[in-house]
Amino acid sequence: MKKLIVSPAPHLHGEKTTRNLMRDVIIALSPSLLVSVYYFGFSAVKLALVGAVTAVLVEFVIQRYIIKGKITINDYSAALTGLLLALNLPPNSPWWIVFIGSVVAIGIAKMTYGGIGQNLFNPALVGRVFLLVSFPAIMTDWTIPASWFREGIDANTGATALSIVKEGLAKGIPMDQIFSENNFSYTQMLFSKIGGSVGEVSAFALILGFVYLLIRKVIKPHIPVAIIATVMVFSGIFWLIDPGHYTDPLFNVLTGGILIGSVFMATDYVTSPMSTRGMVFYGVGIGIITMLIRNFGSYPEGISFAILIMNACVPLINTYFKPKRFGREVNNG
Amino acid sequence: MTTTIIFTIVCLSLLGLGLALILYFTAQKFKVEEDPRIDDVEAILPGANCGGCGFAGCRAFAEGCVKAESLDTMYCPVGGNDVMKNVAVYLGRTIAEKAPQVAVVKCNGNCDSRPKTSNYDGYPSCAVMSTLYSGDTGCRYGCLGQGDCELSCKFDALKMDPRTGLPEIDADKCTACGACIKACPKILIEFRNKGPKGKRIFVSCMNKDKGGIARKSCSVACIGCTKCQKVCAYDAITISSNLAYIDYNKCKLCRKCVVECPTNAIWEVNFPVRVPKKEVLTAEEQ
Amino acid sequence: MSKTFSIGGIHPSDNKISVKAAIENFPLMEMAYISLSQHLGAPAEPVVAKGDKVKTGQLIAKANGFISANVHSSVSGTVSSIELLPDLAGNPVQHIVIKVEGDDWLENINRSSEIEREIKLSGPEILVKIAECGIVGLGGAAFPTHIKLSPPPGKKAEYLIINGAECEPYLTSDYRIMLEQPEEILIGAKIMMKALNVNKCFLGIEDNKPKAIKKMKGLCSKSYPQIKVVSLLKKYPQGGEKQLIDAIVKRQVPSMGLPIDTGVVVQNVGTALAVYEAVQKNKPLFEGIVTVTGKCMTEQRNFRMRVGTTFESMIFAVGGFPKDAEKLISGGPMMGKAVSRIDASSVKSTSALLLLTEKETKRGEEGNCIRCAKCVEACPMGLEPFLLNRLSRAGKIEELEANMVQDCIECGSCIYTCPANIPLLDTIRLSKAQVLKILRSRPKK
Repeated sequence: MKKLIVSPAPHLHGEKTTRNLMRDVIIALSPSLLVSVYYFGFSAVKLALVGAVTAVLVEFVIQRYIIKGKITINDYSAALTGLLLALNLPPNSPWWIVFIGSVVAIGIAKMTYGGIGQNLFNPALVGRVFLLVSFPAIMTDWTIPASWFREGIDANTGATALSIVKEGLAKGIPMDQIFSENNFSYTQMLFSKIGGSVGEVSAFALILGFVYLLIRKVIKPHIPVAIIATVMVFSGIFWLIDPGHYTDPLFNVLTGGILIGSVFMATDYVTSPMSTRGMVFYGVGIGIITMLIRNFGSYPEGISFAILIMNACVPLINTYFKPKRFGREVNNG
Repeated sequence: MTTTIIFTIVCLSLLGLGLALILYFTAQKFKVEEDPRIDDVEAILPGANCGGCGFAGCRAFAEGCVKAESLDTMYCPVGGNDVMKNVAVYLGRTIAEKAPQVAVVKCNGNCDSRPKTSNYDGYPSCAVMSTLYSGDTGCRYGCLGQGDCELSCKFDALKMDPRTGLPEIDADKCTACGACIKACPKILIEFRNKGPKGKRIFVSCMNKDKGGIARKSCSVACIGCTKCQKVCAYDAITISSNLAYIDYNKCKLCRKCVVECPTNAIWEVNFPVRVPKKEVLTAEEQ
Repeated sequence: MSKTFSIGGIHPSDNKISVKAAIENFPLMEMAYISLSQHLGAPAEPVVAKGDKVKTGQLIAKANGFISANVHSSVSGTVSSIELLPDLAGNPVQHIVIKVEGDDWLENINRSSEIEREIKLSGPEILVKIAECGIVGLGGAAFPTHIKLSPPPGKKAEYLIINGAECEPYLTSDYRIMLEQPEEILIGAKIMMKALNVNKCFLGIEDNKPKAIKKMKGLCSKSYPQIKVVSLLKKYPQGGEKQLIDAIVKRQVPSMGLPIDTGVVVQNVGTALAVYEAVQKNKPLFEGIVTVTGKCMTEQRNFRMRVGTTFESMIFAVGGFPKDAEKLISGGPMMGKAVSRIDASSVKSTSALLLLTEKETKRGEEGNCIRCAKCVEACPMGLEPFLLNRLSRAGKIEELEANMVQDCIECGSCIYTCPANIPLLDTIRLSKAQVLKILRSRPKK
C-alpha cells in the first residue's frame, strides 16, 4: 500500500524562492556591472569578485565555526551584498578596502543580528559607511585607474559631479559657471560615464535593471518612485527659489547614488517596510534626508546615510502602517 | 586642572546624593504594604516560575502559602517535599508529605512496532498534525512524534528519541510541572508516582479500539484482553473501552501483569532485568 | 473588461487539463459508504436499519438540529450496516453501508432530461423542498442551503450571486455543467431568487472560461434578463465568497460578519443545478460532478458520481495508481484536503480527486523569513501572514486578535508565495481557531 504524502492545504507552491529572487537582483545589476567593466576595466572585476567572494566566505565561516548552525550561502544573499558593496566604491579602491567592507557588512551588519532576515540595517550600506568614515581619503579618491582595454574615452578624471558642485559653491562660484566649466550635460549623465563609483556611472544601465526587477515582480515600484519623486520635488523647490545656489531636479536624480540607492539598496527586503503605505513613507523620508544632506550638510552625497537612518525607523513604520484590511474601509450597502 | 577635577567630583557627588534621596523618598511614599513573610517564603522557593504549582509564578505561590488556611493543597513540584517542609517550618505549620510524581508517556509505538502509513509534510508540530488528521500511523491515539512536548519542557527533562520517534523523560530532571501534559494534543502524558527507587509500572498505551484493530496498527498495543486484570491481586487494574489502566496508588509493583500481557503493552521502569522466562512465554503465545 | 477583488490575490497556473472531458456517468459501485456528516453542523440521524431495502433517492437519515441536512441514498439495495468508519482524515464518522442491488429510483423522481421552466412552488415551499432534498452548498463548505436562503430577522437580501468562478487550479466540474446544463443552472438561480425574494442576480465566471461566459450571456439576454453575467479576472481566490461580493457589487463583508450583512447571498453553480433538480424534478442531492485529474494521469475525466463512492474505486476506474502519484487531494490543490485513507468515500461536496506528483507538491525546506512582504501582497484579506505566523508560534493571543487573525479565509495564498517555504497557514489556522473560540464566548453587546 503506497504511503501517500499528507499535509495541510495548500498543496501547491509558487516558483519564487529566496535563491531565485537574489539571482534576479544580481541579473538586474549586470548592465551596470558590464558598463563599469567597460569604463574601469579590471578594477571593476577585481572589486566585484573580492566583494562577493569575501562576503560568502565570511558568512560560511561564521555559520560553520561560530554559530555551528545551518549554512545558507547558497541563497546568494551574501554574494549579492558583496557585489552591491563593490559597486558603491570608487573605481580606484585597493582590494583590501572592499575586503574589510565585506567583512563588516556580513560579519557585523548581518550575522550579529542573526543572519538573513534579522538585520536592522542594510549590510552593504553599513559596510560602505564604515569605510567612508574610516578611510575618507581612499573613499573620496575618484581617479580612474589605468585599464588595458579602455582607450580614448574622454571622461572626468576626478571628483564626482556632486563634489565638484559642492566645492564650487563653497568657493562662491555660481551654478551656471560650474556647469559650463565642467561640461555637465544630461546625456552624459544618463548614458556615459560621469565621475562616480563603480555602480553609479551609467544611469541608463541602472534604469534597465529597475525595469527588469519590475517585470520579474521582484520589487514593487513604490520605494524607488517615492524617493525619486521626493528628491525632484524637494530640489525643484529650492532650485526654483535660487537657481544660482541649488542644483536642478534632473541633475540630482542622475548624479550620485540616488538611482542605485533607490532601486537596489532601499528596496532590500529585510530592511524596508512591509506595507505599500509604509514603503511610500519610507521613500519620502529617504528623499528628504538625502536632499537635506546634499543641500545643507557637509557631505556631497547623502543617500547612504538617509537609507540607514530610515532603516532604523522601519520597525516603527511597520507597527503603524498596516496594510489596508478587507472590510474596514469600504462602505457597505 | 585640579580645580576642574575637584569641581567635577563635588558636582557629581551632589548629583548622585540628590538622586539617591529622591529615589529613597519615592520608594518610601509608594511602598506597597505586604506581609513581610511573603518575601521570605519566596526566598525558600526554587524560583523557576514554571507554574507547576498552579499559581502565576513563585511570588504568587508564596503569597498563596502565606494566606492559605491549610498547606495541604499547596505543592511545589520543582522543590518537592523538602522545600514544602521548609516553608511549613517557616510559617509554623504542618504539611502532609506527598508522594513525588513524575511525568510518564503512555505510548510505546515506535517506528518498528507501529509502522507509518503516510508521510506527513506539514509544519512539524503535534498540534497542527492532530487537527489535520488522525496521524501518520494506523493508530489514531498514538504519539505523533513532532515534539511539542519537548519544546514545552523548561527543565530539559523531555527529549524526542530520533530512533524511536517517541519522547523520553529523564525522571531526575522532571519536576512534574505539567507543561508537557498541556502540550500533548493526544493527552498521552500522565503524572504517576515516582515509586520507591523510581520503580513504576504502567500501561504504555492509550488505544481504545477493539483488540483486533489495535493490534493491526501497533504490535505493542493494549488489546483489552483483561489478562492483566485477572492476574492482579491488588485490584489495581481497570479495563474500560478496550484499554487497561493501572491505579498507581493501589499498585504494589509485583510485576505479574507485565509478564501476563500478550502484547508487552505494560511497562516496568527501573526494575532489575528479568530472566528470559518471559521471552519463552510470549513466543509460545505468538 | 473583467472585474476583480481589490486586495491581494495570486496567479497560479490554472492547469485546467480536464477542460475538454465531457461529463460521463461513473460506473455503479458494488458497495456504497454513505457518510452521515456530509454537511456543516450536526450529523444526520439514520431512519433505516440493517437489512432494510432502500431505493435510489430514498431518505436514509434525517437532519438533526437547526444546522443539519437530510441524507438520501445514492443507490438501491440492502442496508448492510450502520457503523463508524474512517473519513479521509482517518477520523471515525457514522456511515450507512449499502450493498448495491440494481438501480431502482424512487417513483416520484422525474428522470427525463426535458427542461422544466415553470416554477410552480411559492417562496416558502421552495425552502421546504430544498431542505427536504438535503441540498447543501457545493462550493466546498457544505452549508445547508435552505438556511442560507433564509436570512435571519433584521437582515434582508438584495442580490443573489451565483459563483461560477472555479478559481482553484485543475477543477473543471463547474465549467462542464455550465457548458452542458446552462439553462438548468439559470432556472435554479431563478428558483433561489424567488425564495429570497430578490429580483437581481449576478453570475460571476472567470475569464479563462470564455465559452461558458458566451453561452450564459446568450441565454440570459434571451430568456433570463434578471440574471447578469459578469466576467471576472482570473485570479485566486476569486471564488471566495467575500472576494466575489467585492468584485461584483463592490461591497466588503465586515470582520466577523457574513455575506448577508452586505445584503448578498452567494451560491455555487453546482448548488443552483441541485436546486433545479430538487424543485423541478423532485430529485434529492445524492450525486455530483467530480473531476478526476492530475498531470501524472494519462486521461482526465469528469464523472457524474454517486455519493458514497470510495476514492479507491475512483482510482481503479481510471486505470489504477499512476507510478508518480504521491498525494491525493479531495478538492482543489489550494484548499482541498489531502487523503490519507483511500477507503474513505465521497460526500455531496466532493468536487474533485486530484493526483499530484512529488515534484509538484512536496514542500521545500523552511528557511528564514526574508521579510520580502510577498505574503502581505498576496493576502486577499489585507492581513500580514509573516507577523501572524510569528505571533502564533509565540502564543501571543491578544496581539493575534489585534492583527485580525480571525479574518483569515485560509485560502493558502501566503504559503504559495513565500520564497522561504515557511508553512505560514499551518500555524495561523491553529491560532485562528483559538481566537475565534475566545471571540465567540464573549458576551454580545
